[in-house]
Amino acid sequence: MKTWFPRLRARSLSFSRVPDLVCQQVVELVTDYLEDALSPADRRRLEKHLSGCPHCTEYLAQMRETIRLTGRLTPEDLTPEMRSDLTDLYRLWRAEG
Amino acid sequence: MGDLRPPRPEGDTLPTMDSDEELLRRLRAGDERAFVILVERHNSAMLRLALSFVSSRAVAEEVVQDTWLAALRGLARFEGRSSLKTWLFSILVNRARTTGVRESRSVPIADAGPVVDASRFGPDGAWAVPPEHWIEEAEDRVDAVKLSELLRIVLDTLPARQREVVLLRDVEELTSADVCQVLAISEANQRVLLHRGRAKLRQALESELGGAPR
Repeated sequence: MKTWFPRLRARSLSFSRVPDLVCQQVVELVTDYLEDALSPADRRRLEKHLSGCPHCTEYLAQMRETIRLTGRLTPEDLTPEMRSDLTDLYRLWRAEG
Repeated sequence: MGDLRPPRPEGDTLPTMDSDEELLRRLRAGDERAFVILVERHNSAMLRLALSFVSSRAVAEEVVQDTWLAALRGLARFEGRSSLKTWLFSILVNRARTTGVRESRSVPIADAGPVVDASRFGPDGAWAVPPEHWIEEAEDRVDAVKLSELLRIVLDTLPARQREVVLLRDVEELTSADVCQVLAISEANQRVLLHRGRAKLRQALESELGGAPR
């Protein structure tokens, strides 16, 4: 054990400037991650966290699913009144010359 | 964007999807039918966007009509550097803001606070109450119409700027650059608004669908 310690210490020291992300930070970075707006270093930190955290991985998957479901929304159909209003508008514009 | 759609299979009874570019060409040549198709294609999205700027449907409809008229009048100036949809949305946002029902400068970019309730994390910042599972529920067991209704309702309750960004990005599927152009906001602000809006939609889905026995 004693021989392990110095190496571990050295390792963690070299990384100490960039502490690991915690879940609460990860959920705030999810959009920047999906938008590809993270620096390469932050992206690696986030992916490192995801690889060891099933909950954050689930959260990210849910965010992707949310985007997919939102993308399925379709605009409501045009009412007949609006359609005729807009056709009138077109004719008005044509008459303007 | 219309021209990126895949071609319809042969024998499809639906009318062929003419690209916006083709319809614009016909519109410039005086084809009223081309205008009607463009209206059918874009009007509802415009109305929905307008509704996030003004308080009543009647005013929103007026803003949309103004936008179409402005687009017709500006037809000769439209150079096709952005998609027609992005151009229409840009005109609409300008009109809606000058209609001035909601003063855009007074609307904060984002509400404060974390997007996931802090009580769901332990003192070490790790999940204490992790996300409840609901993806399979949404995909397999819940009526798509019901889900859409839920999302529509939540979308309507979002702060206006969040709703605008989510509408344009996730419903209309504009690029982030186009959204920034249409709403005249920075990329960074756009991401903040998108982040908060999407997080609320996710939370609503979790609240509605989560916790089901698996």
